[in-house]
Amino acid sequence: MSAVIEVQGLTRRFGSLTAVDHVAFSIEEGELFGFLGPNGAGKTTTVRMLTGVLEPSEGTASIQGHEVRGEALLSRAHLGVVPEEANVYLDLSVWRNVMLMADLHGIPRAERVREGARLLDALGLGDRRKHKARTLSKGLRQRLMLCAALVTHPAILFLDEPTSGLDVQSARLIRGIVSELNRDGLTVFLTTHNMAEAEEMCSRLAIINHGRIAAIDTPDGLRSVVRTSQYVELRFDGEGPPAEELAALPAVSRAVAEEATLRLYTDAPGRAAAQAVRLADDRGLAIAHLCTRTPSLEDIFLHLTAGRAEEAQP
Amino acid sequence: MIAHTERAHTWQRQAHGALVIIKKNALLHYLRPPVLIFGVLFPVFFFLAFKMGRPIAPEAIVPGMVAMALWFTASAVGPLVTPWERRARTYERLIAAPVSLRAILAGDVLSGALFGGCLSVVPVALGLSLTDASIARPGLLVCGIVLGALSFASLGVFLAAPPASSPSNIMLLSNLVRLPLLFVSGIFVPIARMPGWARWVAPISPLSYAGDLIRCGFGQPAYFPAWLSVLLLVAFTAALFAGACRFHRMWRAKGL
Repeated sequence: MSAVIEVQGLTRRFGSLTAVDHVAFSIEEGELFGFLGPNGAGKTTTVRMLTGVLEPSEGTASIQGHEVRGEALLSRAHLGVVPEEANVYLDLSVWRNVMLMADLHGIPRAERVREGARLLDALGLGDRRKHKARTLSKGLRQRLMLCAALVTHPAILFLDEPTSGLDVQSARLIRGIVSELNRDGLTVFLTTHNMAEAEEMCSRLAIINHGRIAAIDTPDGLRSVVRTSQYVELRFDGEGPPAEELAALPAVSRAVAEEATLRLYTDAPGRAAAQAVRLADDRGLAIAHLCTRTPSLEDIFLHLTAGRAEEAQP
Repeated sequence: MIAHTERAHTWQRQAHGALVIIKKNALLHYLRPPVLIFGVLFPVFFFLAFKMGRPIAPEAIVPGMVAMALWFTASAVGPLVTPWERRARTYERLIAAPVSLRAILAGDVLSGALFGGCLSVVPVALGLSLTDASIARPGLLVCGIVLGALSFASLGVFLAAPPASSPSNIMLLSNLVRLPLLFVSGIFVPIARMPGWARWVAPISPLSYAGDLIRCGFGQPAYFPAWLSVLLLVAFTAALFAGACRFHRMWRAKGL
């Protein structure tokens, strides 16, 4: 495996605002890399720098060994880009939109015609090829964008919020096709704030907040960053002991009562559950519900981004 | 040798990119209402306003009519394309493609020049068929039309550089430049008969040189030597295109 995207100290300033602040990461060939962050965190600015739309104020980035600044054309030759807004040419037909992008990338005519037809069929647009893009719904326009990006045979596919605001069918189709292409070896850079999508699709994730990388790891690795967010969920049959008593158990760091349910936060869920069961046995109490929970990606995201937000406050 | 081959390949790719841009512009922008209004209707109404009720031989105004039509048509495409695409956010797709900004802008200039050059055939044909005008020096006429179209289209692309939320703002700016130049370029009154101050201003307009070459092509006396007009039209094209590349790059670097 070799790094196909290398980013070092990438920074972008707009006047006094630093939108992206010394970001660094590398992406291996064949990865499906998720780039998560709240609105305004710097996700799209980072993508726009990597795809050559914006010039970095500082730092370096290379795509397949080609610097995005010094060798811009070579670096862009390897990319397929699906921007956040489906900016298709509304007055061109579906077919011409696809052919235009292929032609701009220098794909030979016979190849672009064959691939274009195949991709339009795969994305459910085969019977609409003569329709003006203006007549398509948002979901279909996004599929068209994906088709126009894939027809160029990219080595790396950039997807900026590809399923944001789409109907369930289009979102699922796009996710399915992207995952399948990734299994076939395509490197994918996915920016999203859809946690479920990131968790389902990405092999590695970076979380960006206020222009800085807050964490980069696999989804499981990120979970271990916030081990104290693991908890045992417990409900007694009838009235149980007070939360303070459960918080005093050796393996429990904190106990929170939410109506009849108790959450015992711990970095050792098994031991905490065993201690809670022993306590119930000693008191002759019956447990109606007991389970252990690991933090969701959303918990991790909130944990990391909330921390940075607090730091950023004066 | 390998470096030379790579360079040739890169040039070939960029030339191909510019051709794709021309095709795209022709499909998307030639028939947009602002292009037709500012490029086709404007010169027709200017001509009518100038001609009606004045005792001028029709053949005398044919060269001016051709030059004016070329001025408006060739410079109409550039100010529309970039602002329109910026607003539709399709501009981002173009600059994320492996095509240089120079090739994109060259495509815009050539599509404007082609639009102007092709449409200038209409006033030439009308002038030849409806008046006593005749072509005395076809080489100079073609030279005037081709070089004029290139320099006017470059001016249009240059004017499209500033970021604008709406294409109409750029069209307004382009008319602020194009209309005053029209009146000091010897289109309605030959440069030799214009007031002194206007004769001083005329050399700063590429339309003066293109109009002069076209007039020469129709066998009418020229104000500037033909070689100077050719040279200055080439210089205007090069300078305006270089300026367009510089300013488009500058605004792009600012993220606008």
